[in-house]
Amino acid sequence: MRLVETGNHVAAWGARLARAEVVSAYPITPQTQVIEEISRFIDEGEMDCEYIPVESEHSAMAAMIGSAAMGVRSFSATSAHGLLYMHELLHWAAGIRLPMVMVNVNRALGPGWNIWCDHQDTIAARDTGWVQLYCASHQEILDTTIQAYRITEDPKVILPVMVCYDAIFLSHNYMQVEIPDQEVVDRFLPPFRSLWKLDLDYPLTHGSVIYPDDYEEVRYSMFQGLDNARGAIKAAAEEYRDVVGNYHGEMVETYRMEDAESAVVAMGSIASEAKVAVDRLRDAGYPCGLVRVRSYRPFPIEEIRSLLAPLRAVMVIDRGVSFGMEGPLFSEVKAVIYGRSDAKVYDIVTGLGGRDVTYELICENTEAALKGKLAQETRWPAVRLNEHHRVSKQGLEGYWKKEGV
Amino acid sequence: MRLRDFPEDEVFLQGSAACQGCPGSAAIRVAFKALGRNTILAVIASCTSVFQSPFPLSALDVPTLNMAFATGGAVASGITAAADRLVARGDFEEKPTILAWAGDGGTYDIGIQALSGAAERNTDFIYVCYNNEAYSNTGTQRSGATPYAAWTTNTTKGKEEWRKDIAQIMIAHGVPYVATASLAYPTDMYRKFAKAKEIKGTRYIEIQAPCPPGWKFPSSHTIKVARLAVQSGMWMLFEHEGGKTTYSAGTQRIIQGQSKLVPVEDYLQAQGRFRHLFYPEKDEVRIAEIQGRISHIFETLQFTHKMKEHIMDIELAPPR
Ligand SMILES: Cc1ncc(C[n+]2csc(CCOP(=O)(O)OP(=O)(O)O)c2C)c(N)n1
Ligand code: SF4
Ligand SMILES: [Mg+2]
Repeated sequence: MRLVETGNHVAAWGARLARAEVVSAYPITPQTQVIEEISRFIDEGEMDCEYIPVESEHSAMAAMIGSAAMGVRSFSATSAHGLLYMHELLHWAAGIRLPMVMVNVNRALGPGWNIWCDHQDTIAARDTGWVQLYCASHQEILDTTIQAYRITEDPKVILPVMVCYDAIFLSHNYMQVEIPDQEVVDRFLPPFRSLWKLDLDYPLTHGSVIYPDDYEEVRYSMFQGLDNARGAIKAAAEEYRDVVGNYHGEMVETYRMEDAESAVVAMGSIASEAKVAVDRLRDAGYPCGLVRVRSYRPFPIEEIRSLLAPLRAVMVIDRGVSFGMEGPLFSEVKAVIYGRSDAKVYDIVTGLGGRDVTYELICENTEAALKGKLAQETRWPAVRLNEHHRVSKQGLEGYWKKEGV
Repeated sequence: MRLRDFPEDEVFLQGSAACQGCPGSAAIRVAFKALGRNTILAVIASCTSVFQSPFPLSALDVPTLNMAFATGGAVASGITAAADRLVARGDFEEKPTILAWAGDGGTYDIGIQALSGAAERNTDFIYVCYNNEAYSNTGTQRSGATPYAAWTTNTTKGKEEWRKDIAQIMIAHGVPYVATASLAYPTDMYRKFAKAKEIKGTRYIEIQAPCPPGWKFPSSHTIKVARLAVQSGMWMLFEHEGGKTTYSAGTQRIIQGQSKLVPVEDYLQAQGRFRHLFYPEKDEVRIAEIQGRISHIFETLQFTHKMKEHIMDIELAPPR
């Protein structure tokens, strides 16, 4: 079936086709349509599911932990402040080794309420033990949500999966998607069989006090679980292509990388704009390609290494920032090719709070980098200097004096 | 049900890590005697997280999920939603009892939002607050349940505020069952758990839990202090169902005039946390404030009780 839909409604379709049986979520713009559509599916008898209208995101994740611990397939959706509000329990869900899937609409963080896109929210949740997959199209949201259950329920993984997609660009714009038949999805995704649960016949205690003597082993097993997720992500993508038909890449998606001497690296919907930029750069005589990081956690260490290490230069686009450091994707790309490459690595932080990222901006900066005009550091090319920056530079008092306030 | 008729089956196993005289572990024993083994337990961060024993041991012989501090109502909502699915699928013949077990900090303070949400949704579970009137696990800091004038490590001269009445807050949510219990009245507690088990929807039971190290009394006095709390009117036993509050056990006897209210001084003096009310000199003002509140409540209740009896007499008289 072919539909023209918002990314949010498509995510709801993903949960429906995956036969999620418990959904607990709390509304936040721009995620609301996901839970509205799921409620409608349930009310109209199209989805057989318990919906828990919790009173906060902290409770949304707590309820998910409860239902997943009972061995029932569980789904949630959130964004930005909601994701931050449940942060404690993101760690809990992963630490207690529960399979579950949550979509997060990537939205900027307040203050300055901003409902538009950037990646700061999920970057801040990077080290929670969740798998993080970033989508670049509506079709990919649907397919990744379904694949995510295969990944999270893989006996070698058993860690929660976050499916991330960009606010407004993907959440609210309408695009055409192919909705596969339920029977086809069922062939790809068998019913959930949990490896552990709250079992009346076999009562165990989960998550009690653990001493230094045992704790590190638990954390290491999580580290291994995320490592194993690499294989599970690849297997899910490949099998999905065989059974359902769509394919969006595995750990990464590449574009025109075959003979590339330089590359743009990005995540999320910016990658679509970057494809245009790559075409233009090639027209201008630069053999450039694109690497879109689809799985940010686990990080595509091998893929990035083999794709980027042989290159002359790499331009990273960060839609978030690590204050006091640099663009987070920039740090990680450099880290994985460290000592194995002569490539020069550049970074731009842009697209924050939904600011438009044009292919012109990407071309300009990449070309400048290739001509050796830029330093290998994080730059903010789209920022207009204004009174905020003068205040930061001079201090509030200095600013007042100078401005005669 | 007499004490010796309690089922012998112990869900809370011997050799736990609880302090001597721990009220929490004693309360769990009584609760599970009434609830039985067809129960799924969520333990919220508190002393119970610790005294159940560290990994890989456990004194809890039912499926148990330990959870973060603010999650009692919410995690139970997830468990019960999943249990409904499993009943619908035929995996469960009978829906198990879902029990969330939290301390007063996890109930009055950080967990009140999740509890309120669950109650408003009339989530099908039993929520237990074992109320030791402080954050015992972190070393006895004040909570919203700490009584006026009590010492804690961050109210060193005695708490300046009165405790909030969370049972009334739960009643205001309109849930089907709210009850309070005391360790000194185990048969009353058992009866309340057994009754709660049969009710659908959100059931709230709060157990006063005198904590020897936190309240500073000898560990052999837990039950004695619990009994004094009821006898002095500092802790009241009641049930609320169908819009009606019924007082029970020791509290009922005082209201009905069968026993006398014990002076609150006797209760306060039994615990080191109120020592500053008596040494170096007696703090008549604060003791009188506490006694005044209790006396007022009980005088009102005794009065309404008499009025009701009187009205009943009138009602029972043949119509004219
Ligand atoms: C979010 C969060 N904040 C603080 C803590 C630390 N903490 C653990 S238990 C506890 C006190 C629990 O008090 P209460 O609920 O009364 O249970 P008790 O220890 O008295 O049995 C605190 C403050 C925590 N675990 N999580
Ligand atoms: S501190 Fe109090 S509540 Fe905690 S284990 Fe000891 S006696 Fe029990
Ligand atoms: Mg307490």
